[in-house]
Amino acid sequence: MKTLEELQAIRERMKAKVNNRGVADASDFRIVVGMATCGIAAGARNTLAALTAEVEEKHLDNVIVSQTGCIGICRFEPVVEVFEPGKEKVTYVHVDAERARQIVASHIMNGNPINEYTYSYAVKEN
Amino acid sequence: MLERAHILVCGGTGCTSGNSKKIYDEFTKLLKENNLDKEVKLIMTGCFGLCARGPIVVVYPDGAFYQHVKVEDVQEIVLEHILKGRIVERLLSKEREADGSVKPFNETPFYKSQHRLVLRNCGVINPENIDEYLAYDGYLAYQKVVTEMTPQEVIDVIKASGLRGRGGGGFPTGMKWQFAHNSVADQKYVVCNADEGDPGAFMDRSLLEGDPHSVIEAMMIAGYAIGATKGYIYVRAEYPIAVNRLQIAIQQALDYGILGSNAMGLGHEFNIELRLGAGAFVCGEETALLNSAEGKRGEPRQRPPFPAVKGLFGKPTLINNVETYGNITAIILNGAEWFTQLGTEKSKGTKVFALGGKITNTGLVEIPMGMTLRTIIEEIGGGIPNGKKFKAAQTGGPSGGCIPASLIDTPIDYDNLIAIGSMMGSGGLIVMDEDTCMVDIAKFFLEFTVDESCGKCTPCRIGNKRLYEMLDKITQGKGTMEDLDKMEKLCYYIKENSLCGLGQTAPNPVLSTLRYFRDEYVAHVRDKKCPAGVCKALVSYEIIADKCVGCGLCKRGCPVNAITGEIRQPHVIDPDKCIKCGACIAACRKNAIKK
Repeated sequence: MKTLEELQAIRERMKAKVNNRGVADASDFRIVVGMATCGIAAGARNTLAALTAEVEEKHLDNVIVSQTGCIGICRFEPVVEVFEPGKEKVTYVHVDAERARQIVASHIMNGNPINEYTYSYAVKEN
Repeated sequence: MLERAHILVCGGTGCTSGNSKKIYDEFTKLLKENNLDKEVKLIMTGCFGLCARGPIVVVYPDGAFYQHVKVEDVQEIVLEHILKGRIVERLLSKEREADGSVKPFNETPFYKSQHRLVLRNCGVINPENIDEYLAYDGYLAYQKVVTEMTPQEVIDVIKASGLRGRGGGGFPTGMKWQFAHNSVADQKYVVCNADEGDPGAFMDRSLLEGDPHSVIEAMMIAGYAIGATKGYIYVRAEYPIAVNRLQIAIQQALDYGILGSNAMGLGHEFNIELRLGAGAFVCGEETALLNSAEGKRGEPRQRPPFPAVKGLFGKPTLINNVETYGNITAIILNGAEWFTQLGTEKSKGTKVFALGGKITNTGLVEIPMGMTLRTIIEEIGGGIPNGKKFKAAQTGGPSGGCIPASLIDTPIDYDNLIAIGSMMGSGGLIVMDEDTCMVDIAKFFLEFTVDESCGKCTPCRIGNKRLYEMLDKITQGKGTMEDLDKMEKLCYYIKENSLCGLGQTAPNPVLSTLRYFRDEYVAHVRDKKCPAGVCKALVSYEIIADKCVGCGLCKRGCPVNAITGEIRQPHVIDPDKCIKCGACIAACRKNAIKK
């Protein structure tokens, strides 16, 4: 026997789980992780896991975490791209689990892309 | 942990017969092998509607809509799409945007014009998991009616919504609830009519398979509104998947205390039992259904008294169709006014149709009332295959009638369909092209009703049999013009004098084909010709000498050696030997044989 409160708790927990079951909305953030052989070898799976965990924990229901293939900058893997509607795509490089969490907190939640982690910054510095 | 992708495999009857269970198992195996089972969610869901292209697999969040998926394709989907994020394009729809990219599936013509209200959870949730139903506001409507509304207020909302019975007759649902509410008795019942018997109709089955909890919740609301504590779902045993999912759903609701002596802890009792029917068409008629649910022979009862006064076990009973119940929770949660914005003046909301026959996108569609038949057939249905011409559509199955091509722009609602001599019926929509003989179609449906008549009343038992014999005579080329008039008279006699809906509507296919395609009947009777070339007795095969090159293919293809001729000389068919099987036409490469 479940109380009304328990049923409501199930509703809320499950809502987060089924949230990405629908064709992506144009207003959503899309975080895309490069998951070709190069990315996976560099640890992209941990990055992906960290991203999905963050999105769930922070209840970010306007964010879709997805994966893609190799975009050709294998030495910078794991590569993560953030698509924000109406803005230029931001490409992050060498994204480990820690960087992934920072990107979610700073870029997605507060609208401040982290310049030091971007591809353009990495290319300029090296 | 949140899953980053969801793989939805269709578990409706259509895709199951296309082996979707094996596809599901293969996904389970391969996801595990690739260590993806923790980060990707795999579920078996209800019908997506596009049965013609099944088995269907949808992957979110990309919204990749894979069609005609085979077990061998699963590996490619897992390794390419799930692991590397490269969508397997060859399995997607061929419908493309102007720039060549794949259209999102909800933008394709099949889905774009639909309005999925009753089917909102079908193909979205896992029907065997009550938690997923809860995620889509499940059982909130019941909570709302019990905590915030009186039974009369619930009935008033249903009345104000203008919802009409989706089983075929179109009786206002709110009125039905009011009658059952007004009856005074120590015990009342709520019954769900899931005895879907029309050939070619499968919307009730799909709803039960895809979203069983929405029907259970609606029955609970009905129980609260009329003061009933017990519900019965009468479902045919030929729907094993629906029965199984209903049993799972009822058990889960019991485990959560949603059903039971103190439903959801809100102080009302409600329990549901299943009753399996053996599949007699007449049991879809409500009084016959009640008899059958009581364990008696499925024969209709005299009305009045109506079930709302004296129904199951002699007690006041509310009986509604599956799809009618499918509307209830949405109306309660969104309000009557929201519902009335959909549809036409007298027919509110949507209607689910099972689209079948000579149509490209065979499947399940839900449209707002008032959409024209043209939109359904040409846009959603994708038109008639093989470049053939649309001839007519049959709605309402063996109780309905046909809509000829000249009326293709009629907006579909209850009253318009009745005005043109058809009926909404439960929602079968069978499309016919120029190769269909209307006399043969009328004969087909009548043969079905003759077979399914329970035999209790004479007009139906004997009248329909005689009507069938006349039709048979006509298709044999032995009919007379007097027969046509006699048939019409007999039709009206049967309609006016039969006991129940089965007999009262059985002659409809004959009447409506007589009304719109009388010339075809006349061709059968007077010219002894079947214009569509269907009625075997009236067809003769002939080789056109000018076109025949004497290759001998037809001769070799003929199973009864009816074709003779020398090589490189025109061949001939012996009409006495010919059995009109059509094998010669299939074999001929020069189109030299006509019928």
